[in-house]
Amino acid sequence: MKRTALLLAISFAIAGFSGSSGQGAENKIRVGWAISKTGSNSIAVATSLLPNYRMWVNDINAAGGLSLKNGRRALVEVVEYDDRSNSEEAVRAIERLITQDKVDIVLPPLGTALNLAVAPTLAKYGYPFLGVTATTDLAPELVKRWPNAFFFIGTGSQYGEGLLTLLEQERKSGELGNKVAMIYAADAFGVDLSMAARKLMARYGFDLVYDKSYPVGIRDMVPILSEIKDRAPDIFLCFSYPPDTLLVTDQAIIAGFNPKVFYTGVGTQYPAYRQRFGHNIDGVMGPGGIDADNSEIQRYFRRINETSGGDTDRFAAPVVYVGLQVLQQAIEHVGSIDRSAIIQDMKTAHFATIFGDVTLGDQQLAKRWLVGQWQDGEFKGIAPADVNGANKPVIPKPAWK
Amino acid sequence: MRSVFVGAIRRGAPAVIIAAVAVPPILIDGYALSVAINVAQYGVMATAWAMFSGPTRYVSLATVAFYGVGVYTAALLGGSMPWAIVLLAAALSGATLAILAGMLTLRLSGVYFVIFTFSLSELLRQIVTWYEVNVHRSVGRYVFLDVAPAHIYSQLLGLLALLLALAWLLRRSRMGLALRIIGADLVVANHIGIDTAKVRVLLFAFSAIFMSTAGAIIAPRWTYVDPAIAFSQTISFEVLIMALFGGVQLLFGPLIGVASLCLVFEYLSIQFPDQLIAFLGLIYLLIVYVMPSGIVPACSAVGQVLALREKAVA
Repeated sequence: MKRTALLLAISFAIAGFSGSSGQGAENKIRVGWAISKTGSNSIAVATSLLPNYRMWVNDINAAGGLSLKNGRRALVEVVEYDDRSNSEEAVRAIERLITQDKVDIVLPPLGTALNLAVAPTLAKYGYPFLGVTATTDLAPELVKRWPNAFFFIGTGSQYGEGLLTLLEQERKSGELGNKVAMIYAADAFGVDLSMAARKLMARYGFDLVYDKSYPVGIRDMVPILSEIKDRAPDIFLCFSYPPDTLLVTDQAIIAGFNPKVFYTGVGTQYPAYRQRFGHNIDGVMGPGGIDADNSEIQRYFRRINETSGGDTDRFAAPVVYVGLQVLQQAIEHVGSIDRSAIIQDMKTAHFATIFGDVTLGDQQLAKRWLVGQWQDGEFKGIAPADVNGANKPVIPKPAWK
Repeated sequence: MRSVFVGAIRRGAPAVIIAAVAVPPILIDGYALSVAINVAQYGVMATAWAMFSGPTRYVSLATVAFYGVGVYTAALLGGSMPWAIVLLAAALSGATLAILAGMLTLRLSGVYFVIFTFSLSELLRQIVTWYEVNVHRSVGRYVFLDVAPAHIYSQLLGLLALLLALAWLLRRSRMGLALRIIGADLVVANHIGIDTAKVRVLLFAFSAIFMSTAGAIIAPRWTYVDPAIAFSQTISFEVLIMALFGGVQLLFGPLIGVASLCLVFEYLSIQFPDQLIAFLGLIYLLIVYVMPSGIVPACSAVGQVLALREKAVA
């Protein structure tokens, strides 16, 4: 007991020394983030979010810092916390970053729930809020409520609409039949996508032969898949999360279920997916995608592989990086940490990003890839067709090997 | 001498803790307020948990079931009803659920009860998910209520004060005596004519009311709720461990456990964000092995040993 008390006393003494904040350091900008290092979000954070944050900070510091007014340069200093994938922890950590650590800029946590949990706090203190991984259908209303908020990755409905627009075109051109089987994870993104898709299928006259949700954390898809296989759909849509994306692909290969369109959700774009299924990934579709011929994009993926020691995904990761590029350029346009001016600049200026020249009209990023497909070992953007560098979809997909 | 000193600490500690927890909401802001909100919400839940589980020795893992019901009551009714009605509805739903669950299960004993309460939270999570997916057609719900953090804190403090007052009265009532007898020996309790099932169901419902009300109060803080957030099993375990850490036999034990563990967790998450989970595990082990009846009894035991030694020297 005594020893425990002693240890605690010592630890608190250390806290007293190291807890001081870096105010007055003029050539430093403090950037803080509270992200899920543990809990249900941790894999997605480690795949899509953290490699971007680290690379961004390293790049700025390697270049001598952010360029501010009067030729001043400011190095970036990082304060990092774990929100344990928990809303209340996230809110508290953000308060701590802003009021205790006095950070100049806050980078967002991962996922819709945590982003929306911290948004009111960031709005209260007037910090720019980068909703780079928040997919909410309410984005157009939320930006009115929170003038500091920016949404980059679009809504579940947009992904559903993008997908159905593509399928309708292909059906009209005679590549595809009419029968669709749709399953989706009983979670936010899965339900939003299925809602949008179902509505458009009714409008376009697709024949929805199977339409069911399955619980998050499902362990076996064989019964569902054999039922679906019996109905011989042309199109198979599975709005899934990373573990079930791997599961359903694995079991479809074993069952020899090879429809003309095979679409799976989050996780399809992960490097782990390519590693696991090798050549079998060819022709699989999913949300997201990249313009593989664009040299900026190629450079981005090469750099992030080098700096993080592993590959990253082809859906959220580049969008996160676009958000960081926008933020950095807005800070440099303003030339100081005047947060309301930075927010104003983000609303109006043009930014040179890996997606080309972008603006954030209505505080939202207007265009990004909605459907991608694995082609020649790369997850290429195929819809919307009017985005620069859109590839032609390969339909029917090649058979499983 | 020393034992007088220890006695004074034992009597004085609750007052100090209450003073520390009940910082008037106008005096603090920002981060301190966030910490205070967390202490207050866990304070309510741990005290409510100990009120039932302390005397009866029925270990309940249903805390988050009631808490989640409260969160969802606020999410469903928050936009359309006056706030007082929302809180009342949350309290009623918590009580109803507890009475139903209690009637079904309090005849179970020991580990079966633990497993049932654990599954109750999971069952509710699945039911709510099913409903949201198939009827509401969207898993998340938005809670757009502009409730200031200071206001949330005041409500939690009010709830905590009410709970402590009622728990204090309960300990002095016939019901409190009946509960202690049930905890000591169920067979004896039955034999001397206590309606053990009824007493336990009532108390279970009584503690559930406070858990679900706490959930309703905190919900507006997150803007967005989904079943995974509202019914996160971690909350049940944290409440249990905090109450045990403080000591469930004392009125203020759980609150002392909450206040100290929340601050320790906070400190660890600042200094060791990467090793936090390992530290939490160590603390849990420490509680179970070193001071199974809580830190307050453990401290006074140490004090008594010291006093004895002093006497021996004299």
